[in-house]
Amino acid sequence: MNILHPLLNPILALFLAPLLPGIINRTKAIVAGRTGQPLLQLYYDLFRLFQKSAVYSLTVSPIFKAGPLVGLACIVMGLTLVPMGGIPSLFGFAGDLVVLAYLMGLARFFTVAAALDTGSAFEGMGASREVQFSVLAEPALLLGLAAISQVGLIRPLTALPTAIPLESLSEMLARLSMSVWMADGTVLLLTSAALFIVMLAENCRIPVDDPTTHLELTMIHEVMVLDHSGPDFGMILYAAALKLWIFLALLAGLLIPVRTGNFWMDGASILIGMVVIAIGIGVIESINGRLRLIRVPQLLAGALVLSVMALVMVLWG
Amino acid sequence: MKLWTETLIVLLILTNLKLISSSRLSACIRIVAVQGILLGVVPLLAGQNPLTWRIASLAGLTMILKGMVFPWLLLKAMRSANVRREMEPFVGYSASLIVAAGLLGFSIWMGRQLPMPFAVASPLITPMAVFTIMIGLFAVISRRKAVTQVLGYLVMENGIYAFGLSFAQQEPFLIELGTLLDVFMAVFVMGITIFHINREFNHIDADRLNALRG
Repeated sequence: MNILHPLLNPILALFLAPLLPGIINRTKAIVAGRTGQPLLQLYYDLFRLFQKSAVYSLTVSPIFKAGPLVGLACIVMGLTLVPMGGIPSLFGFAGDLVVLAYLMGLARFFTVAAALDTGSAFEGMGASREVQFSVLAEPALLLGLAAISQVGLIRPLTALPTAIPLESLSEMLARLSMSVWMADGTVLLLTSAALFIVMLAENCRIPVDDPTTHLELTMIHEVMVLDHSGPDFGMILYAAALKLWIFLALLAGLLIPVRTGNFWMDGASILIGMVVIAIGIGVIESINGRLRLIRVPQLLAGALVLSVMALVMVLWG
Repeated sequence: MKLWTETLIVLLILTNLKLISSSRLSACIRIVAVQGILLGVVPLLAGQNPLTWRIASLAGLTMILKGMVFPWLLLKAMRSANVRREMEPFVGYSASLIVAAGLLGFSIWMGRQLPMPFAVASPLITPMAVFTIMIGLFAVISRRKAVTQVLGYLVMENGIYAFGLSFAQQEPFLIELGTLLDVFMAVFVMGITIFHINREFNHIDADRLNALRG
């Protein structure tokens, strides 16, 4: 494998990530029978926002200004840990899945802190919801990834459970070939379902949050960033697109067992998979309504249970 | 083959989870019907030997009784009692799901403590059966409406039946038929009882019945 290959994911992500929300929106528009916004709308938005200057309220502290910056930095760092199927990540190391999960946690913490910093009641409400849902989404994500780490391992019978070495995300995903899918397909399907729900929650997609609404009573993520403007808001939008890319890359790597070793084949299959999942999100958003807020924890608890089930099955099944 | 059996078992576990997290009674009844039909498929897959008449008729009877007759009886009872939703269960739906996750881990641990004297189709059959029994029990103790409690009882019986399925080759046919008949009678009687309770007291909240004095 070429030394430049691991650069593929970060570079592609930095350039192509804003395309993903465009694909989702286009799918929704087509299903609804509208023409919809251009595929490249987010690029135009970002371009426009980065040319503006930010407006700050007199009451905010520097934390408010740091929020979008730290958020974007965390997500870009996370990007270097995410492999694309068989193609390893830029900086893979043992146990990097925990770092990935908590980089996203740190980004969330700063978004929430910046939202609370404004002193707005609405933003505080959004922050509270975001944190409440992440309490359930985070263990689901970690346990799901833990389940994947155990799939397809050839364990020596004599080894103690503690003797299994920690692996990086790249090694975990590189192992998921077609034969592993045939043998452990149920576990992988359960994990994919759990990660898909977590993805919907983390990226504020429809059954959990409505990314298009601006009605404060119903929204979660949008309400937290109401006071950011100009380049700050651009950074938030860009970070959101990159986060969506991270989740889609993980999901596509999980669902598409193409591990030929050929760089172009593997990379292309994962990219196609990501586009297909994005279209799938668009279809889901078109045919579902947003859940009532009290039902959302139930959905996330369902994801958690699926992860637990996958982990238990792969460990003891 | 292993993949199919495992998928079936996972689907059975998922029906349990759906049952415990759904508030609409008709959805609960439907999910128990799906569970009955899935249970009917299990002996077809679990039998390593070629398909015999005995296994086929067992599977067919299970599907008809658990997948169609019981749900139909319960839907009728539900309509006549005029209840649509399980209001205010003792344990909320999200909490129920978390409890179910714990129960699942416990069942798998317990399934590993019960080694089978002969080869079974999948090591997951016993845990699935234990889990189904426990979910049934949990539904009985954590829900208010009599219909949901009957559903819990049915699911518990499904679990016991699934446990028996791993012995389907060894077990006499008569026993299977006997249990099916018993459950049929029980559901029948409970359906009538629900109707009568509802007619007397205008509700079927089982927890309020202990306030009755003779």
